[in-house]
Parts: sequence; C-alpha cells; structure tokens
Amino acid sequence: MSLLGEPELTEDGEFVINIGPQHPSTHGVLHLKVWLDGETIKKVQPHLGYIHRSIEKMSESLSYRNFIFATSRMDYLSAHINNEACALTVEKGLGIEAPPRAQAIRILMAELTRLSSHQLWWGCMGLDLGAVSPFFYGFRERESIMEVMEETCGARLTQNYMVPGGIMYDIHPNFQNRVKNVLKQIKENFKEYDDLLTGNVIFEGRTKGVGYLSPEDAISYGCTGPTARGSGVSCDVRKWFPYDGYDKLQFNEILETGGDCYARYMVRMAEMRQSVRIIEQMIDNIPEGDFQTKTKAVLKLPKGEFYQRVETARGELGVYIVSDGAASPYRIKYRSPNFSNLSALEHMAKGAKIGDLVAIMATIDLVIPDVDR
Amino acid sequence: MSLLLTIGFGPLATAIHNWVTASISNATGALATEMVIVGISLLLFLVPLCFFLGYMERRVAGFMQMRLGPNRVGPQGTLQIVADTVKLLLKEGLTPDASDKFLFNLAPIIVVVTSMLVLAPIAFAKDFQIWDISIGVLYMASVSSISVIGILMAGWSSNNKYSLLGAMRSGAQIVSYELSVGLSLITIVIFTGSLRMSDIVNSQADGWWIIKGHIPAIISFVIFVIASTAEINRAPFDLAEAEQELTAGFHTEYSGMKFAMFLLAEYINLFIVSAVAATLFLGGWMPFHIGHWEMFNHIMDFIPSSIWFMSKTFLIIFIIMQFRWTFPRLRVDQLLNLEWKYLLPISMFNILLVTVCAIMGWYF
Repeated sequence: MSLLGEPELTEDGEFVINIGPQHPSTHGVLHLKVWLDGETIKKVQPHLGYIHRSIEKMSESLSYRNFIFATSRMDYLSAHINNEACALTVEKGLGIEAPPRAQAIRILMAELTRLSSHQLWWGCMGLDLGAVSPFFYGFRERESIMEVMEETCGARLTQNYMVPGGIMYDIHPNFQNRVKNVLKQIKENFKEYDDLLTGNVIFEGRTKGVGYLSPEDAISYGCTGPTARGSGVSCDVRKWFPYDGYDKLQFNEILETGGDCYARYMVRMAEMRQSVRIIEQMIDNIPEGDFQTKTKAVLKLPKGEFYQRVETARGELGVYIVSDGAASPYRIKYRSPNFSNLSALEHMAKGAKIGDLVAIMATIDLVIPDVDR
Repeated sequence: MSLLLTIGFGPLATAIHNWVTASISNATGALATEMVIVGISLLLFLVPLCFFLGYMERRVAGFMQMRLGPNRVGPQGTLQIVADTVKLLLKEGLTPDASDKFLFNLAPIIVVVTSMLVLAPIAFAKDFQIWDISIGVLYMASVSSISVIGILMAGWSSNNKYSLLGAMRSGAQIVSYELSVGLSLITIVIFTGSLRMSDIVNSQADGWWIIKGHIPAIISFVIFVIASTAEINRAPFDLAEAEQELTAGFHTEYSGMKFAMFLLAEYINLFIVSAVAATLFLGGWMPFHIGHWEMFNHIMDFIPSSIWFMSKTFLIIFIIMQFRWTFPRLRVDQLLNLEWKYLLPISMFNILLVTVCAIMGWYF
C-alpha cells in the first residue's frame, strides 16, 4: 500500500489503522486499533490506560470524607452521581441515613446532572455523525443547568457536593425558581432536538440497524444503562434497587427493543423527559429539616465489606469498599459503566463501516476517564 | 484571439483587445498578452470572492448555531479571513518525509487549476464571458472531473492511511455523482439545442428554464443541486474529509499554503456549481421577464445583469451552505446507493421526459 515503505497490510490483506489516542471522535484518549477490509471493519481492539490515574489505589490513603472527591474526576459528566454512590456506601457502613431534605436535594441534583449529561451526549452524537449544529443546541440548555450547579455548589463540572450523611451545605434560596425556569426552557426546546436530528432521513439511515446488540449479548458483556436498555434489558438501578427515595417517585424505566444505535438514541431522548418529570415532582416538595446528619469528625467504618450501586447517566456504577476498621478504606473497587459498555464495542462494530464505528461509539456515550480511572 | 477575449463587457474588452493588437504586432504575442490580462483579472476576482465566501460561510454557520461568528477583526469581522490567509501564508508548508514529494506538492496545484479552468465559459454578466466556447457545458463537465485526479494524488502521495481512505472515498464519490450532474445538465441542453453558454442564457429571455421547463426542469434542478454538492465534497457528502472519521481525509498531511489551496479550490467549486445552476436553470444574467408585460420587463432590465447573475448564484450558495450546517453525513455505502439507485435512474427517466417535452413542444 505504501509508496516507499514496507507494505502495510496484514497477512490476510487487512489494513490496520489506529483511531486515537488523538482523534476527533473518540472523546478523549481512547485508542482503537482497527483492522479494515476496504471500509469494512474486521476487528476492533480498544487500548486502554492513557488516562489511568490510579484513583482506586489513591483512595486507600485518603479518609472516608476525602476519597469521594476523587470520583468527580472519573465520569466527569456524572460527577454528582459518582459522589452520591460513594456517600451512600459510607453511610451504609456507618449505619446512618441522610435526612429527607438531603435525599430530595440529592435526587434533584442527580437528575439535573443526568439531564445535562444527556444533552452533551446529544450534541456530540450529532457532531459525530457530521452535523455540527446540534452540538451548539445541546450546549445551550446544558449551560443553564451548569449555572444552577454553579450557584448551588460552587462548581460547574466537578461538583463535590456530597458528604457522608447528607450534602455539604444547603441549597441556594434561588434554587427552586431557577430550576423551574430551566425546566420550562428545556421542555420547549425538546421539539428543536427532534426537528434537528430525530426525524432526519440521513440520521435514521445512519443509526437504524447499525451496531446491533442482542439482549443476551448486552447481559453477557455486562452492559448497563441506556446501552443495555436500548436492547430491551431492564436494568435501571433506580427501579430495581432504589436509593435515596427513588421508590417514592413516579417515573418510567425506558426500554427499547431495537438494540441498534437508533434504539439507544431514543432511550436517552426519553430519559431526558423522565428526568424532567422527576424534577417536577420534587422541586416544590423539598422537605424542611436538616441537610446533614451529625457525624463524627473522623469517620471509621466497621470491619467488613460494603457495596452500593447507583444509576449514572451511562449505566450502573458500583462502589465496593473493604474496610479493616481504620480511618481510610483498605481497598476500593469501582464497577464503572463505561468499562463494560466499551467491551461490547467490538461485538457491535464487527462488519460495520468506519462511519458506523463512530456512530456506535457515540451511542455508547463513552467517557474515557471512567474507563481508565 | 477574439475567441479568447470575447468579454465585450461593453466596449471595454474591445478597447483592450484593439489596444493589445495595435501595440503588439506579433499575433502570438498579442494572444499571450491577452491571456495574461485575463488570468490576472480572474485572480483579482477569485481571491476576494473566496474571502467573501469564507466569511459568509462562517456568518451563516454562526447564524444557524445561535452564535455570532467572526465579529472582531475589522468591521463586522470582515477582515478575519484576511488575517487567516496571512497566517496560512506564513505557516510552514510541511512535506512529510515518507511522502512522494513531487506528487504531494503537485496535487493542490492541480485541484486549484482545474477549478479555475472551469470558470472560463461562465457568463458573469451580459457579454462578460472569458471564453464563449461552442461546447461550453461539455467543457465544464469534462474539465471539472480532472479535479478527482488531484484529490487521489493528494491522498495517495501523503502516505497516510487516513488520507488514502479519504482519497479512495472521494474517487468513488466524484466519479459516480458526475453522471447525475451530466445528465441533469443535458436536460437544459435538450431544451435549448445548444451547448454554448451564451445561447443557453439567451434562450431564457422570455422566462427561466426552471419555469419554462416545468416538471423535468425542476427535477433536474433538484438532482443537480444534490449531485453537485456531492461532487464538490461538501457536507452532507464530505466523506473525503469526514472529520469525525478520517480526521481530515485526503488533506490530513497538508499545511500552510498547500492546505489553503484546497480550501480555495473548495470555494471556487462552490461558486462554480452555483453559477452553473444559476445559468442553466435560473437564467444566468438574464433579468426576470414575464411573457408580454412590457412595462414590468422594462423595469427589470434596469437592474444590471451582473447583479442578476450574482444574486442568483449567491441564493444557491446560501442553500448549499444551509445543507452543510443542518444535515448529518451519509455513510459511504449510502452515498453510493443514493446515486446509483435513486438519482441516476431518476435522471435517466427525466431525460426521456424532457425529450418528449422538447419534441412535442410541451414547454412555454
């Protein structure tokens, strides 16, 4: 193939290209080694570790209050939900529960995070398929949510708002009004989302029937979140293992049976509407009372193992803590949704075209720091 | 000689022609001088045109994406594109070590030169045309297809896998879509009975072909706009570049002025296809006339022909720009399906229809 150098084909006549670690559509430092036959993909091999920061090992030398904040940097688009998972695990170990007000605020913030994460995904999905404009429309609403976050906890991306026993401080007095305005604006703008992408002929051609993942495969690869629900696998942790009072709320678990990129797209689009529904139920019903349970200055978990799972914007995040009774965890393991979802990529992309690979990556909604941790 | 410089933009061109022939007795020398004059005036026209198209593209994109676009350098950001050009000129034009250096440097020149050549038969205004060749439409269709050689050359000589994939895509794409472009041009040729651009424009004195030719003309106009968008590698058919898949496709390895030449060619091509569509379907420089409304037609004639031509061309450019900022990109197999399974059969059927219409006189 090359004009001057050695032939660059494998023995089977396959053309090997490296997509990433610097590439416009891998959303970070993912490195995919792709074997091609013309435009058709024969094999995909993700190479991980470019942004491994050893968050799990690092947490072993941090106290139970401090290790939570490192998890904001894992899946930075669901930073709040990551923190919530850790706080819940520590609370489980301590045998305490956050007061009702803290739980309500946690849910509100978690759903706002999910909404903003899905909006960013929607923009990037359009961008990956070659339509630049959705990116700006997705960021428009996300920006207004970011402003709410900034007002409430001082940070836009890595919120660090959760502490064991509740939340760090109470919400801003302006919070409820502001969230209501944001919701109003978002509900009006859902129509624009559908106008721009959902009904488009080219978009449907690019996503329907592309990257099929059967329910059995979704389970065996350990896929969770919208990736699995697009294949019809019911796996919403908020429904199956409710935490922080999700069981008292009215919302639907979105299931699509298509199993292709379009089904995963539709799951996320509907999830945004469900998040809006949850926030609407909660926003006027935040209970009065403490926002934090009284805890000791130095937290010590009893000897044992503790596990808690939550539903992030990308799927199921599990936090597993082994404690030997000291002030910092003996061992921490995160079961991150992106790592398992990424493992299904090769299965979905085999036999597809290069353009499909980009579409499949977009619908898995990868965040690479969550894969590598 | 007069063949070359039939500009006749009023008496100006004739005056220049007379002056050149008078001052240079040698016929070949006079011809060469005229060529140089045409070439320089073409460049003086093209560079500001591309500046404007680049500026317009950014502002249209900004408008469609709820942002402002460039608005800092110069009044309303108009000088931004000048600043960018200066930057590109000053940048080092890297030639990769493993590339085929001769072909690598030749490719952008071929691409630009072919797009400039295609401009020759386009009538910019009444009697303002570089070369009114008798086979104008055929000439444009054939010369514009040379640009694919430049793109393939760029992709292959870069010795980069992404570039190669981009070049292969673009080869398949341009070769296929040329068929539909050609067939939709032929419908107007059948109506007019001539390949000469001036004849085509003059035949629209009593109405533009898109109105006179009704159904077949509208079909071929739509096909022409779609197929030519694909032929000039613009979104949603920008598979050869496909940023999200191939980083920058065939021009991944190019930088500095060599890259700017691809950009220049892209905008010249955009102008050309819009100008051709405006000439063939919307009457070129011909003002908007309605049958026997003498008064109305007379008022329309007061608007200069160059303004008519430019406004029609820019209307189509604006439409093609809106495509780019609205639609997702097609996949490579869908792109070829669209051409071979839809556009080409429709074009062929349309040729039949237009022939029947032309023979039976079923047009206005």
